[in-house]
Amino acid sequence: MPEASSSTGVAQLSFGKAVNAALARALEDMPEVVLYGEDVGKPGGVFGVTKDLQRQAGAARVFDTPISETAMLGVAVGAAMSGLRPVVEIMWIDFSLVAMDQLVNQAANVRYVSAGRLAAPLTVRTQQGATPGSCAQHSQNLEALYAHIPGLRVGIPATAQDAYDMLLAAIRCDDPTLVIENRAMYHGDPQPVSLGGPIEDACGARVARPGRDLTLVAWGAMLFQALEAAAQLAREGIEAEVINARWIAPFDWPTLLASAGRTGRLLVAHEANVTGGFGAEIAARVQDELYGRLRAPVRRLGVADCRIPAAPHLQAALIPDAGRIAQAARELVGEQRDRRTQP
Amino acid sequence: MSLVATSGDAPFARELAALDTMLHIRLLEEKITELRKAQSIQGSIHLCIGQEAIYAGSCQALRADDPVFSTYRGHGWALARGVPAQGILAELLGRESGVCRGRGGSAMFSAADHGFYGENSIVGAGAPIACGAALASVLRGEERVALTAFGDGAMNQGAIHEAMNFAAYRDLPVLFICENNTYAELTPVAETVRDAELHKRAAAYGMPGERVDGNDVAAVRDCVAHHAARARGGQGPALIEMMTQRLVGHYYGDLQGYRPRGELAEARQREPIARLRQRLAADGVAADTLAALEAAAAADIARAAEAALAAPLADPATVMEHLYA
Repeated sequence: MPEASSSTGVAQLSFGKAVNAALARALEDMPEVVLYGEDVGKPGGVFGVTKDLQRQAGAARVFDTPISETAMLGVAVGAAMSGLRPVVEIMWIDFSLVAMDQLVNQAANVRYVSAGRLAAPLTVRTQQGATPGSCAQHSQNLEALYAHIPGLRVGIPATAQDAYDMLLAAIRCDDPTLVIENRAMYHGDPQPVSLGGPIEDACGARVARPGRDLTLVAWGAMLFQALEAAAQLAREGIEAEVINARWIAPFDWPTLLASAGRTGRLLVAHEANVTGGFGAEIAARVQDELYGRLRAPVRRLGVADCRIPAAPHLQAALIPDAGRIAQAARELVGEQRDRRTQP
Repeated sequence: MSLVATSGDAPFARELAALDTMLHIRLLEEKITELRKAQSIQGSIHLCIGQEAIYAGSCQALRADDPVFSTYRGHGWALARGVPAQGILAELLGRESGVCRGRGGSAMFSAADHGFYGENSIVGAGAPIACGAALASVLRGEERVALTAFGDGAMNQGAIHEAMNFAAYRDLPVLFICENNTYAELTPVAETVRDAELHKRAAAYGMPGERVDGNDVAAVRDCVAHHAARARGGQGPALIEMMTQRLVGHYYGDLQGYRPRGELAEARQREPIARLRQRLAADGVAADTLAALEAAAAADIARAAEAALAAPLADPATVMEHLYA
């Protein structure tokens, strides 16, 4: 099986190895890229994602840091302002809160406040989500916090191809960018990943499955639950279109509005808490833009507003899955049917 | 900046240049005070009157391309780096010709083309950023030294500690400049630490720590020059604590009721501009030279203010510009 060192063509890579391949390519193609974080250099990362990169690019460009998230992100801001393209790993997104000042008050302000005379093209790689046994400080989904901040870009890859393409897009992009990966998928089954192609822009959703009856929009791990739900619904004659949102900020409104405008029904599913989650933004925006064209109110599925417990069965009680997504979709479609039957 | 001196003053050229910078800073801030009083400038402003020797002395010791990161009390650093007074005033007045087109304001402007990488209104946050500039300098082989300035209060921020350790473990060329004016905003720093000799903390990070008289422009310059040379030579960072006093409040409108009676009068005895002027006079610089220097600086600032006030306001139609590349 081809390994991450394959620089062109199509390789079978796990999500984690696709991240590694993107980093290897960035280090090779862009001399201004530096990669650092806690344990990312010699040990190759606690998830093994940065394995061998220090050996390939040298300890000056790939190095280990103290456990100092504020210093790590502040250094990234200063290095980016000075011509480097730092890629920093924040091991768990929960830890980014320790250094939120450097993302929100510093990085996101550099371009705007200097009227474009300075820029901070840094990339933060991190991962989020609940997995069995993960405690409440290692299981949060915080994308809405960062999507709220103008000046930041926030991407959430769902597939190995996304992991590769979106990370390269982030590194090439001249804005501060947060790429939120998924540790549950790092060591998943290898998928075909096209390597060495042109680097895309750090924006843009994808239609993951076409359909006519309703639109399901999801990102990250929830995409697979949405696709599974769509497969269940198809067996019942309901054709759901599934959108892989990919970039939460800036969000690809045209793609979503086109789909929801066509199907007339929209269901958002995410792993973050419902209140103030990004689903709320989608619901508000779509209802604003498509008022009168929707056949049912926009619905949201997310985690009940709760801390995340460690016990797997308690986590499962909170987090939406394919079954719940399919049920909500049936209700959405049914609501319209019910309405139609009203006198 | 115009330097008015006769050939007989040549041995004092460096000191006269420092005095010129300090006068410009003082007069600029007095003009800012005036414009704030008249409501032409709005919002909070933080003045550095009394601390000018730190900026003039430090910048004399730096290379033009060494990046400087200051706090929100940054007008003096900017001017000492050569940012035109007109661009600063226009920025505070919200003009299109402001160094950041009115987006930075008094507390958050930058002018990178002058080596001034910006103020920061989050206490301590500039120090890790300066480490990043130093990291870039090393990797790009540019031999630039990053200077980060912060107050005594910031010494108790986690970001400063993280930055000092980061710079030290990687031998980064960073000068950590603590402008110790003895007050963390409105609270004496000595009341919030066990040991008020803040420079001693450098030892914990394995780097030199030094305390200098921040009102003595020559002492500041020599100290910064020494540590900048070390840093440029790959010997890593240093912490320099510069003792000074601000002759004004923490912010415009601060009534300073927290300052003991007589403290300000005493501080005025040690203030850096009068002190340098006296020393130069004692060393034989003609009174005319000093008076001419002052008159020229006053004219410069008056002209800058006039031009800034006459400039058009930043265009609201552009308010969303510069968010993304």
